[in-house]
Amino acid sequence: MKTDFLEISNGGAISRNQIPHLSFNAFHEEALNIVGNGGKVVHYFAYSDDGSVKLLAVLRTDTLLVAGCDAPEAYPSLSNQCEPFHMFEREMAEQFGIRPEGHPWLKMVRYHPNCRNVPDVFGNNYQEDIPGNYDYYTVEGEEIHEVAVGPVHAGVIEPGHFRFNCIGERVLNLEIQLGYQHRGIETLLTQVDAKRLPVLAESIAGDTTVGHSLCMAQAMEALSSTRPDAGARIIRTIDLELERIQNHVGDLGALSGDVAFLPPANYCGRMRGDFLNMALLLCGNRFSKGFIRPGGVLFSMDNEVRNILTERIVEIKPQVKHVIELLFSTSSVRSRFEGCGAVSNSDAEKLGLVGPAGRACGIPYDVRRCFPTEHYSNLDIPENAEPTGDVYARAKVRADEVMQSIDLIQSMLTDSVETNCVGSGNASPAASSFVVTVNEAWRGEVSHCVLTDAQSNILRYKIKDPSFHNWNGLSMSLRDTEIPDFPLNNKSYNLSYCGFDL
Amino acid sequence: MLNTLKNRFEQGYRTSRYPKEKIALWERYRGLPQINKDASADLVRQCAEACPQNAIDVENRLIDMGRCIFCGTCERISKGQFVSFTQDFGISVAEKKHLLTDGTLSSLADHSKQHFKKLFGRSLQLRQVSAAGCNACEADLNVLATPFFDLARFGINFVASPRHSDGIVVTGPISRNMKTALLKTYEAVPDPKVVIAVGSCTLTGGPFRGSPEITEGLDSLLPVDLFIPGCPPHPLTNLHALLTYFK
Repeated sequence: MKTDFLEISNGGAISRNQIPHLSFNAFHEEALNIVGNGGKVVHYFAYSDDGSVKLLAVLRTDTLLVAGCDAPEAYPSLSNQCEPFHMFEREMAEQFGIRPEGHPWLKMVRYHPNCRNVPDVFGNNYQEDIPGNYDYYTVEGEEIHEVAVGPVHAGVIEPGHFRFNCIGERVLNLEIQLGYQHRGIETLLTQVDAKRLPVLAESIAGDTTVGHSLCMAQAMEALSSTRPDAGARIIRTIDLELERIQNHVGDLGALSGDVAFLPPANYCGRMRGDFLNMALLLCGNRFSKGFIRPGGVLFSMDNEVRNILTERIVEIKPQVKHVIELLFSTSSVRSRFEGCGAVSNSDAEKLGLVGPAGRACGIPYDVRRCFPTEHYSNLDIPENAEPTGDVYARAKVRADEVMQSIDLIQSMLTDSVETNCVGSGNASPAASSFVVTVNEAWRGEVSHCVLTDAQSNILRYKIKDPSFHNWNGLSMSLRDTEIPDFPLNNKSYNLSYCGFDL
Repeated sequence: MLNTLKNRFEQGYRTSRYPKEKIALWERYRGLPQINKDASADLVRQCAEACPQNAIDVENRLIDMGRCIFCGTCERISKGQFVSFTQDFGISVAEKKHLLTDGTLSSLADHSKQHFKKLFGRSLQLRQVSAAGCNACEADLNVLATPFFDLARFGINFVASPRHSDGIVVTGPISRNMKTALLKTYEAVPDPKVVIAVGSCTLTGGPFRGSPEITEGLDSLLPVDLFIPGCPPHPLTNLHALLTYFK
């Protein structure tokens, strides 16, 4: 397909001059054309440059594409014609006060004032410090009732507000309002010393420390023309797969607990801990904090560590396999998983679902296969896709990925791994440059986008956690299910609040 | 049924005997920092400059465990000559000033409020408030309910409502958008109540210090009884703190 957008590579820095600067109309038309023909939105955001506001979109087909334009104060909403833009337009309206006219549901994303001190698009008064202070979507009728949950939930979990519109036990609509965890990370990343950057990347979402750290490290490496050695790339790949296993195993246990089948719930809880301890073995921290830095890693994997890790995986692998078999062969579990919270393939495409949530709806996209980074081009990543889009499909995809990831790690542990550990990992980025990095973290496509100014400072740091796409999938799953199925559906996605709130 | 039993046998008995038996953590784990007061001024300054958290007090040669995220930068730079991290996970304190340390910690048990031991020593019900961290602290609190740690055997539980609880456990740097919800949860807990701050974010703002969206220290909003440092604190750090402070 011929396009005015520029083809770019994952983790390949280019000069900002090379980014095609289109008229808004051409940009608009071309973006609609690409996404209308099956392309997906990776990023679509605004940034200030020399006093003017510009837009930039990174789209993906079988390749990554970029283009930008000047931002109008108001513009005809793209979401109106093409759903995948809708979260991005809302985010842009909140961050920069640019109004997408005719947006089907324009409401705030994270509840904070815009950075330009222009009138708020949503008419919010930010002296009132409650994000939930807004007119929720309502359904009217004699037998309609609402259930409001959060921000503080009954478990040890992150805050968010859920509003169910119900008729009897049946959920007509679930509205999810987040923003409670907003910490201003994107702004902070443009202001702090280089030494703080990797630490902030590790704190975007603790359960995706490796995913976000890799995106930042690869971006900084590209901007400073450095490349980690082969050993570091293997270690980082092992770590990303470990993170996938930790979370999937934990959630399979939680799913089992939510259908009151307690043996796997307890076994998975314990085994997840064992996988977290493997990260501690590698770097001293169970969430891999203080491990990945631009240029490589801070800890080597000597043969002692490699052998211990190998032994632990050999020991735990049959246990994991057997618990998964137990879970999926138990009829009471199957009857609750199957058909619960189904999202159709076409809805999933429109919502732009990624990761296991997308693969459970028959969308096999996996960054590890499509835009491989690190050691992935040397690995054979199986194509996972389940057709049913329900809790069963999401659990199945995740269970399959656990066993695949264990195999991948074992394949990388057969030979000794040598790396020169990096020092501080502080990189000095090139001036007036642009880079986008994409990785397949356990929830799916995580991506960072960095623009530098003429003085090599970070002009704009854009973060996208896969949850930014997938929260609407959860909302869609709940339609026509029962409230008691909410925990089950919620766990089958287990989305990030803080990764979304930034 | 047979399958369920087979799994049960394969899984075995996993609950740790801590605190009756000590647990030794792997050498790469970074717990209580030890400071060498005789390190050269130049080395101390280098470590302080490289510390992403500005957690090193150069003049007094102390490390602020409230700010510290235990990344090990200072240990690497000084090759252990100024700071070295031990595998001691018992690093919690009852007074904020004790977070500033050279490696000698005053006994947590001695500084805990003695009437709390009487009130909550046999049964402690806690409400957790997640206030804008990264979810790692929450995850390693949740882990305490798994069979290895089995928190409930000590009479300690996380409960679903502040009305059922004896105190709150706060994680995260308390964003502007969570402040009201946190304070309301605190108000809903009946007196006398406990406030436990978990993780670098809650203690000092952690990695997010400097952002106008967050609070740099829970103690500026509520009276904190127990400070648990870490990024995130190891589950054993949490367990050690709860058992030492309340038992």
